This record gives sequence, C-alpha cells and structure tokens, in this order.
Amino acid sequence: MKFQMRRQTELYLLAIVVVLSIFLTVMNPKFLTLENLFDLLRNNSFLGIVALGELIVLISGGIDVSFTATATVAQYIMGVIISRTMVNSVLLAFLIPIPIGIALGAINGCLVYYTRVNPVIITISTLNFYYGVLMFISKGTWIYKFPPTFREFAKLKLFTLMSSKGVPFGVSIFTLFWVILGIITFFLLKYLPIGRKIYAVGGNLEAARRAGFNIFRIQLFVYCYIGLLAGVAGFVHAELNQMIQPNAIVGMELDVIAAAILGGASVFGGVGTVGGTFLGVLLIAIVKNGLILMKASAYWHEVIMGSIIVLAASISAYQRKLQIRREKGRFVEEQLF
Amino acid sequence: MWKNSSFKVGDIQIMALVFLLAGLLLLMSFLTRGKLLEIQSLQAIAFQLPLLGLLTLAQMGPMVSGGIDLSIIATANLVSIIMALSMTRFFPSLHAPFAILLGLLLSLLLGMVKGFFVALVSVPAIIATLGLMIFIRGVSLVITRGYVIAGFPRDFLFIGNGTVVGIPTSFIIFAAFAIFMYILLSRTRFGLELYLFGSNPVATLFSGVDNRKVVFRTYLLSSFLAGVASCVMASRFNAAQADYGESYLLLTVLACVLGGVSPSGGSGRVLGITVSVIILQVVATGFNLLGFSSHLASALWGIILLGVVLFNRLVFG
Amino acid sequence: MTNVEEKQFTLSGEPFLQLRHVSKRFGGVQALENVDFEILLGEVHALVGENGSGKSTLVKIATGVLQPETGAEIIIGGKKVTFLTPFEAHHLGIHVVHQDLSLFPNLSVAENIASHFYLEGFRSFVDWRKIWERSTEVMEKLGVSLPLDVEVRKLPIADQQLVAICRAIAGYARLIILDEPTSSLTWKEVNRLFTFIRGLKEQGIAILFISHRLDEVLEISDRVTVLRDGKKVGTFPTRELDQSKLSFLMTGKKLAFTRDTRMHKVAPEVLRVENLSRTNQYRDISFSLRKGEILGIIGPRGSGRTEMALSLFGLNPPDGGKIYVEGKEFRGESVQRAISLGIGYVPENRLLQGLVLDQSVENNLVITVLKKLLEKGRLLDPRRKQEFARQTVKDFGIKASDVEAPVRSLSGGNQQKVVLAKWILTEPRILILDTPTHGVDIGAKESIYQSMVELTEKGLSIILISDEEQEVMMVSDRILVMKGGKIVEEFDARSMAEEDLRRKVRE
Repeated sequence: MKFQMRRQTELYLLAIVVVLSIFLTVMNPKFLTLENLFDLLRNNSFLGIVALGELIVLISGGIDVSFTATATVAQYIMGVIISRTMVNSVLLAFLIPIPIGIALGAINGCLVYYTRVNPVIITISTLNFYYGVLMFISKGTWIYKFPPTFREFAKLKLFTLMSSKGVPFGVSIFTLFWVILGIITFFLLKYLPIGRKIYAVGGNLEAARRAGFNIFRIQLFVYCYIGLLAGVAGFVHAELNQMIQPNAIVGMELDVIAAAILGGASVFGGVGTVGGTFLGVLLIAIVKNGLILMKASAYWHEVIMGSIIVLAASISAYQRKLQIRREKGRFVEEQLF
Repeated sequence: MWKNSSFKVGDIQIMALVFLLAGLLLLMSFLTRGKLLEIQSLQAIAFQLPLLGLLTLAQMGPMVSGGIDLSIIATANLVSIIMALSMTRFFPSLHAPFAILLGLLLSLLLGMVKGFFVALVSVPAIIATLGLMIFIRGVSLVITRGYVIAGFPRDFLFIGNGTVVGIPTSFIIFAAFAIFMYILLSRTRFGLELYLFGSNPVATLFSGVDNRKVVFRTYLLSSFLAGVASCVMASRFNAAQADYGESYLLLTVLACVLGGVSPSGGSGRVLGITVSVIILQVVATGFNLLGFSSHLASALWGIILLGVVLFNRLVFG
Repeated sequence: MTNVEEKQFTLSGEPFLQLRHVSKRFGGVQALENVDFEILLGEVHALVGENGSGKSTLVKIATGVLQPETGAEIIIGGKKVTFLTPFEAHHLGIHVVHQDLSLFPNLSVAENIASHFYLEGFRSFVDWRKIWERSTEVMEKLGVSLPLDVEVRKLPIADQQLVAICRAIAGYARLIILDEPTSSLTWKEVNRLFTFIRGLKEQGIAILFISHRLDEVLEISDRVTVLRDGKKVGTFPTRELDQSKLSFLMTGKKLAFTRDTRMHKVAPEVLRVENLSRTNQYRDISFSLRKGEILGIIGPRGSGRTEMALSLFGLNPPDGGKIYVEGKEFRGESVQRAISLGIGYVPENRLLQGLVLDQSVENNLVITVLKKLLEKGRLLDPRRKQEFARQTVKDFGIKASDVEAPVRSLSGGNQQKVVLAKWILTEPRILILDTPTHGVDIGAKESIYQSMVELTEKGLSIILISDEEQEVMMVSDRILVMKGGKIVEEFDARSMAEEDLRRKVRE
C-alpha cells in the first residue's frame, strides 16, 4: 500500500538519522562500530518495546501514561517472587510479569470504554494508583538478589564477535526481544483484522461504531497490548539493570510518547507505523549516544530532543496549513484547523 | 429541562467535592484522634498547599482552553534556577526582589515562546508543551549540570517559610492569586472569551473573538503563574534543581479535572479547583500524620479522581 | 453470501422493505403514529417532511437502531422480522450512507469499500488481495473509477460519497438510505450523483432518498412519501407532484409571506465591492449595496458565494479588488475590523459556527458586545450582564427557560434567533445572512423574513445568500446570480418571474 504522507515522515526521519550518523562518525569514528551500535540497541530495548505499545494506543486514538507504573508493578512482583523462591528459571521469571501487565492494562481499557473520559485522565489516575500502592507496599525497597540463571541471561548474545581490543561483543538477546515484538506488532497492524480495526477506530470512532465494530473489544485489546508489552519491558529492564528499583521507570512516560510522536504517530489517532516508531526511538538513542561520544555534556541531550520535537511539530503544522490553503483555499480552516 | 448544563454539572460537582472534603476531614480527624484539626496540622496544610495550588492554577487556563501545558514544572524549575543563580552567584548584592523580578520576566518570556508555538504556529498544545518541557528541562540541566543550587538569603526564604500573623506567607500569595484568577476568569472579557473558545473555537472565530490572542494570553498567564509557584517552591526547599517536583505535573491535571475542568475545555471554576487542591492536600497531610506513606496518598488521589469520573458518568450519563 | 448477491439483480419491482402500523413515542412526544411505509427494489423513493416530522425516527426503526411500539410489523424481503437489530438490518441488506459519510479518512479507498470483510468470515488474516479485488469489482460494476490506494481524506467530498455508496454495495446492500446526500455538493456533483443513482436503480437496488431540497426530490425520485407531525400524509407518484404541491403536503399551509414595500434606488450606498477576487474561489466580483436594501445572492454550492461573503466579513482575505464600507476601504484582514465597520455575519452552520452550544444563552448573546459591557477597570459586572441578556431575550422573543440555560437546550428556531440577536446587538449597518432558513420550518421561515424586512426599515442593509429561488424572489430588492465564482447576472427582483430565475441558476 502506498501511504504517501506516512512514508514521507519516515523518509525524513531516516534522512535525519543517516545525516546524524555520518556527522557522528566523522566526529568520532567509534560511532559506526558494530560494538557501539549493538550496545546502543541493547540499552534502548526497554524504550523501544514500550514505544511499540504506545504506538498502538496512539493509533487507536487513545493515550496511555500509566504503562510505566504497569511495567514497575509487573517487574517488582516478578522480582519479589524470584528472589524469595530463587526458582532458577528465566522462562518462569519471564512469564510472571506478562499476565500482570495484561490485567492492569485491562483495567485501563475497561475504564476508558465505560467512562468515555479522555484517556489521559484515566491513565493518570491509574498511574497514581498502581504506583502509589506499589510504593506503599514495597516501601521503595530495591531488589537485587536474583537467581544465577537470571543473571546469566542478561549476558546472552545472538552471536559473539571480538573487538580489536579482544573484548567479546554481540547482539544482545534483548535487542532480539525488541525486534521480534516489532515484527509481531507490524504483522498485527497490517495483517490482522484487529489491527485494521485499530486504525479504523482511530480514524473515525463513530464510523467504526456504525460499521458494527465492537469498540469495547478493540479498546480493551489496545490497552491490554500495551500492558503486555509493559510487562515484557519490565522484565527486560530488570535484566538490563540487574536490579529492580521501584522508582526507576516511572517518569519516563512522556519520553516514550515523544518517541512515538517523533516517529509519525499522532495524538489525534489513526496514524503511525512500526517503522516510524523504530526510527523515532533510534533518533533519541543516537542523539544520546552521540553526545557521549563527542564528550559533550549529556545534559544537552534534552535540549536537542526538545528542539527536534518542537521543530518537527511546527513543520508538520505549517505543512498542514499549506495543504489546507492549496486544497480548500479557505482561510477559516487555516486559522483553526 | 437543562440537565446537561455545564454550569449545573459544575455546581453539583463542587457540592459533591465539598461533601467529599467534609467527609475526609471527619474521617481523618477521627483517625488521627483530632490531631488533624490542631493548629500545627492546619498550619502544615497551609504551608504545603500553596505550591500545588499555584501550579494547578497555572494548569487551569490551558485546560479551560481545551489544551494542556505539560511544561509548567519545567518552567518553574528553570525560573527557580535563574533566581537562585542571581541570588547566589551573579548579583548577590541585589537581593531577593531583583531575583524575583528577573525570574518572573523569564517566566513571561517562556510563556511567549509557548504562546508562539501553540497560538501562532498552531502546534497541538500537548505536543508543543511536551517538546518545550523537554527543552526547558534540558536547559536547566545544562545550566546546573544536575546539581542543586542551595542557600538563599533570608528575605527570600520568607516567601516559603515565613508567616504573617500566623498565616504562612505562601498561603497568602496563593489566596491572592486564586482571587486574581477568579476575577480574571469570571469578570473580564478575556475570561469569558476563554471559556467560549474552549467550548467551540469555530464559533468564537465567527463572533469576532481574536482566537490567537486568547490562546497566546492563556499560555502567557500559565507561565507567569508557574513563575510565581517557582518562587514559593525555591524558597520552601531553600534550593533549586532541574527536576524538582516532576510528580506535580500529572497531579495538577488531576486536580483540575477533580475540580471540574473538562479535559475537552470550556468549563471549570476557580472555586472548584481550590476545593480540589484542599482535598488533595488534606489527604496528603492526614496520611502524613497517620504515618502512612505519601505514596498511599497518591494512590488515593488516583482513586478519588476515578471516583469523580465514574460519578459524573453515572449521574449525567 | 453469494445467494444474496445473485438475488439482488432479479427482483426489481418487488417490495423489499415494508413497515406497517409503526408508532413510536418519546416521553410525551408522539414521534410516529401508525405509519405504513413500503419501498420497492429498483425504486428511488424519497422521504420528505419538516424537522420533527419523524423522518429520522422512521429511518432509525428501519435500520434497527430504534424499536417500534408493539403492533408494528417489519417485513424485509418478504419475511417478517420480529426484532430488528442494527446488525440484522445490515445483514439483510439495509445500509445507510450518513450525511457525514462515516468513512475512515485515514484508510485507503479499497479498505473503506471492503471494510465489511473485517466483520464477517475474515477471522484469521487480512487478505489484501481479496480487498483489492472486491473493491475493484464493485467499482467496475458501478462504473466508478477512483484510485484504490489513496487515503479517503485526500479525495474531494463528492468522491468520498461515492466511496461510501460503493461500500454499501460491497456489503451486499439491497436498500441504500441516502441521508441528505446533496447537502455539501456542487451542482455539477449533484448531477453526477443522480446519474450514479439511476445506475444503481437499474441494478435493482432500492434507494431511500432523504432531502430537504424539493427540486432534487422531484428530479430523482419515483415516489415520494410525505410525513408531517409523525403522521403519514401519503405516498405519491412523483410525476403527480410539483414543488408547491409538495411543499403544501409537508407543511399543511402555504408560505404566506409577501413583501409590499420594496425600496427605491435613492438611498445612499453603504457597501461597494470592486473587482474582488480570490484565487480558485471567485473573481471579478463587483456590486454595491444601498441603505435599507436586501440584496439576494443566489447560486449553487461551490459557486463561491460563501467564500465571497467570508471575505466581506474578514475571514477570507481577498487577493485582489477593493471593498468600501461607507466610503472607508476594508481589506478583509480581520473580523474585528469588519465588526468595527458595522458588518455582521450570520453563518450557514449555526450549530458549529454560530453558537457555543454548551455555554449559556447569556454568554452567547454578549460575546459580540463584551466591549460595551465593560465597567471601569475593564471588569464585567455579572448582574448587569445578566440584566442585559434578559432584556435581549425579551426583545427578541427568544423562548428560553433561563438565560443561564445552555443554548443546546433551545429549539432550532430559538437558536437561530440567538445568533441573529447577537449580531443585531452590535448595531451593524450591514448584515450578511448565509442561508438563514436552512433546516427551519415554515412558520419560523416567515418570522425570519418578517424580521429581515423590519430591520431594513430601520436602515440596516442585508445581503441574503440563499439557494432557494422562491426565497430570494420573495424577500430581496435586487438579485445577483453567482456561478463558477463569478456574478453572471444582476437584476431587479420585480422584473423577473421565479421560473426564469430558476432556469438561469440551473442552466
């Protein structure tokens, strides 16, 4: 299918990523080493995974800010269970956070559907609730005593290469998680009826209702899906850091939304692709990484990211105005849109 | 006949909030064996409330206009940092009033930037202020390198910690600005135009309202109030940092909605906002007295908001 | 599904949907009373009636959205249906093309047309080839050619409408209900739609055509069913009707308005427009307006009439030409300037453009005159504001329970009065009324005409934009005919017969 506008966003992003990469490589050749790139993909796998969930919610015309609390609750319960029982199975540890994430997502989905209130409000409330209860019960205690396989798993790589200094490196297992989930999400959006219905609901909710789509089922699915991904991401986060701090993830909501929006998703729903979101996350990762390689203060990261978001949004707002002027020639719409 | 009136909904919601507040006060004073109503606890509430109160007032304007300002906390922090630097490094001889003036000017400048993007470039408010939030926080981080700037002169500390005839100065500031906002929203042309714009911007455009001016002023006002909040915040903590009070951001949205501001714009009154801020603070202070975690209070806030939302859905359909 | 598809070409002339003894009551209002209705396959059947006559209730019952009261019978395709749900209605081939089209703007044409695949027998994967084939097949059958891969929002509204109809056909529709399908089409597009509808008819599809444009009803339909106050007036073969008969059947009365005192050409000029142009919208518009005059501008949608009016109101700056208001030049730069020059504009879409429905009558009334209500210190006195609003409500005879009630709670006619009042309050010298009687019933129409005449007697000048020949003939002093962005004709309202005007507009 040809989606000209969307492709355009992705092409712009790709161009920016390429130009930025060339620039960084010139500044510091270390950037374009496989070692650095694999590292970058590994470190951003948490962000990448939850951004996929946010993408789906945004396409459906919703928004979710509670997924950080969901991820935290899911990983914390997992942490408590495996550190108490010391069951030496990564698979079991991996399977714990998923149903928790889905369950918390289902609560969001039901509330969004039944109250018909702006999902920002609903998920702010559940964010406060999930996180507040967790902090109350856990008293903020960190968990870092994990079974040995859980620790070993974090070092797992798809394949291992040797760097010039003789240090082994490779594509992390968590990058694979990210890629697989990306492929699943892509497949779901393009080849499953539910995926098309998510686009349809985001494009015109009333039309979807009239066409006979089950809105409840779609919204429930969407919020459960981000819950599921938050659960997986919670596991990945715990593995990457080898510890669970209840306050490590909450606060990242808006960064994730920013990644999805940079990737071409719209807060008004109906638009967004997996490829774009991937590039959005990549852009954020490269800027962060580049600053470190250039030995610039890491604090510039946010200044640059903020500028990119505002600039990108301004350009798209301006383009929309131009388009209205071209197509309708109506000043009124131009002033309002 | 006019069950759907936003005004009536507002009235009933404020009444429900007042009952909720009374119930909470009763419950809390019972649980704390009357400690909540002692002078010290009331003063504690009066000391803690102004910061959330002022930030919520800052959030109110953009929300009434149908937008949102995600950058108020970032703005407040940057303003605090500039005031702190002015008092401790650049112009220590010029004292607090100069720093405050500088800070408020900066907040107006930031407001103009936000107004420019939202009103003139027409970037959706949620995206524009999200980007600016990250940008402004970044500037603060670059300036402070993540450190805390602390140790302010005495006269500045008076704002957040002093009292005037037993009433905390900061509370007086909050009360003054609440009254100011009340007058602005209900007694001026700007206020009326803001509500009408928030309900239906097309109709205001066709009625000769300068929509862009209304939106621009809304974000200017919001930033200014964030600047005022920043004085209270810096003074109360006796410190400034890039990421203080970030948990307040979503809380201000919550307080607005609880107080009757519709997320789609066009409704909400200062009275409702004030009651909702008091409720949130009573819960926080009461829990503190009971030795409960502040996080339990935050969980309860979430439940209260969901309760109000469900209440509205059940009563008004 | 295949047998349904085969059947649909064979049964032209058979009744498809029959409703018998349908009644429906909402609270104290009898929306429908013992109505019988029948539509045949291969027939274009029009349903007409004023607002509140029960048209939409009947449609909702036919599509299963509402249930009729007991005693009613619904027979579809010869079979009696006991409890019709929206799903069931859809399944039996009843499809609605809503006025807003209800398409998915972000999805491609092909996907919109074939979106029913997502409902039925498509449980596993999306088969893109099947979607492509089905939509191509339907478009070929109906003789439509639209790019399959373009997002629907990028198409012009008329093409979007075809997509919506194709979608109904792709969903095996045997009865398509078109709800006000021409309301946002230009005259050319209406003609194309009619050709298309005739094509559908030949394929044995039943079409229920709902429109308030009587000339279009007379042109396209085979039979007309008229509803009035929830009762059926009757079903008539279209060839036995003409516009005035139909209008009488709908309202039960004749439009009694006549204007006897037309103005003479001596009054001073208040507005002069010279060679006004805006790219792609209108060009070389020149006319003048005299004090106390009603100038009618008639032209189909898309003729540039609204765009030109918006330019006079400062909402659509022209790129060329001049506007003089009482000798002062106006560049059309802002509404504020237009208002200060004494121009008011009552927009076409009062619900969206004219009123803030959720806010009070009071706030809606004062919005244009806030400046006048400011006390010293630039504050508003709430009591004085309310007093002012109460007085206005009384002066204009607006029926509202209270000035603090939201405008939403008022009836359509009273809402229109609020819009008019808020502009009269600005004490304008020129008032532009854009299709002010759209969707207003006959009684309210007369009172609007009456107040227009009264206003001109007080020295106000009015520009009336309309698409009804009868209306401009009755009310205006002078008439401009606009077509394709240009004024093609200007004449005195008394010098021409209505039929001639109609021909001029349509040719």
